[in-house]
Amino acid sequence: MAGENPASTTEYIQHHLQNLVYGNHPDTGWGFAHSSQEAVEMGFWAIHVDSMAWSIGLGSLFCWMFLRAAKKAHTGVPAGWLNFVEMIVEFIDGQVKDSFHGSNKMVAPLALTIFVWIFLMNLMDLLPVDLVPSLLAMTGVHFQKIVPSTDPNVTLGMALAVFILMVYYSFKIKGTGFVKELTMHPFNHWAFIPINLFMETVGLLAKPFSLGLRLFGNMYAGEMIFILIATMFAAGAGAGLVSGGLHAQLFGEETSALFWLVIFVLVAGVCWLNLKGKVSTGKTVLLSMAFMAIGGGVFALGGGLMQWGWAVFHILVITLQAFIFMVLTVVYLSMAHEDH
Amino acid sequence: MNINLTLFGQMVTFAFFVWFCMKFVWPVIIESMEERQKKIADGLDAADRALRDLELAQNKATDQMKEAKQEAAGIVDQANKRANQIVDEAKVQARTEGDRLKVAAEAEIEQEINRAKEELRTTVAGLALAGAEEVLEASIDDKANRALVDNLAEQL
Repeated sequence: MAGENPASTTEYIQHHLQNLVYGNHPDTGWGFAHSSQEAVEMGFWAIHVDSMAWSIGLGSLFCWMFLRAAKKAHTGVPAGWLNFVEMIVEFIDGQVKDSFHGSNKMVAPLALTIFVWIFLMNLMDLLPVDLVPSLLAMTGVHFQKIVPSTDPNVTLGMALAVFILMVYYSFKIKGTGFVKELTMHPFNHWAFIPINLFMETVGLLAKPFSLGLRLFGNMYAGEMIFILIATMFAAGAGAGLVSGGLHAQLFGEETSALFWLVIFVLVAGVCWLNLKGKVSTGKTVLLSMAFMAIGGGVFALGGGLMQWGWAVFHILVITLQAFIFMVLTVVYLSMAHEDH
Repeated sequence: MNINLTLFGQMVTFAFFVWFCMKFVWPVIIESMEERQKKIADGLDAADRALRDLELAQNKATDQMKEAKQEAAGIVDQANKRANQIVDEAKVQARTEGDRLKVAAEAEIEQEINRAKEELRTTVAGLALAGAEEVLEASIDDKANRALVDNLAEQL
């Protein structure tokens, strides 16, 4: 948790942006990195355990959920989960049919996997930034990034896989035509071959690179803003009018998480009473704000509103980014299938 | 933030999930969806066909109704005609019967008249005879004068 001074806030942010790395450190041997410095020293042959675990976990979740729907699939009236899955499948199918004109049985399932998987990975961004890392910190895991798509390895890995498919299908469909495309385009003369090759190669490589970096950049920036908003809560918890003294009195400086748990229970309780019809909606909003103000002062109140606003906006962003990644993949593969 | 083995890990994972989706998820769902699409299209076709059939049946029913009405009207006409015929026939029969009765009555009346004439003749003959007898006072032979008197009575 961050304190009030800038140094610890920086530390807090950096801590949140550090993956859990497992690798061979030249000094300490195989093990988890204990700092970002150690993680860098492990070099290329290290692995981001959190990124891999979350991405594999979410991918498995996707497979399991959709497999469940597929097992239940029938030709009658679809209901519940099957209905939802069919809606997604139909949407993807429509997108693929719109932009992909070759005949390839792989493109549509590929697009579905990309869309749902990336969406799930992005969705992790909406969990409170401190929730999972704090819980895991209690069990002794000190670094945790739960949004795999904020890891460039993950996004570039997927983009690289797409790139390999692009090159593979380009050669398969066009054969020497692909070589011609790289060498005789845009200037159709043998003397321009080196220039053409350079330009086309840059153009070709830019595709997967931009694909991966676009997703990474968007999610990283979104995560960053969530973290910055979270620092406001932390700052507020220290500077809150009532809580500053009360909180230090009750818990000391270190355990503000417990204090926030109390505030959370109070706010959630008021909301629950409102849903039960015991408290009016106006009173609910006022009471919630009051609890937040008591808990963390003006900063926390502002932070709460900003967190909410950014999260709502981010729902759009995560869906859009998953969609863009999917559509561009389909378009690139479609280009690879087009024989001039 | 470093590029490391995670890159390849992600590539392998990605390939595996795409394979999984391609093999177990996508074909099953898309197949059942297409099948359902076909079923719905068939159902809609059947509904259209049924609607057409219904229209045809309705037309047929209307035609039949018209026909039946025409037939009924014909039958009624025929019946009316027949009834008129029967009435006419009855009239004719009644007239002939009446005529026959009249003739019979006339004949009877004639007969009665004849009988009355005969009776009258006999009575007159008897009276004449009695008168004559009174006049002639039993001298006259009854047998001899009978023919005379009968002859006289016949002239009445």
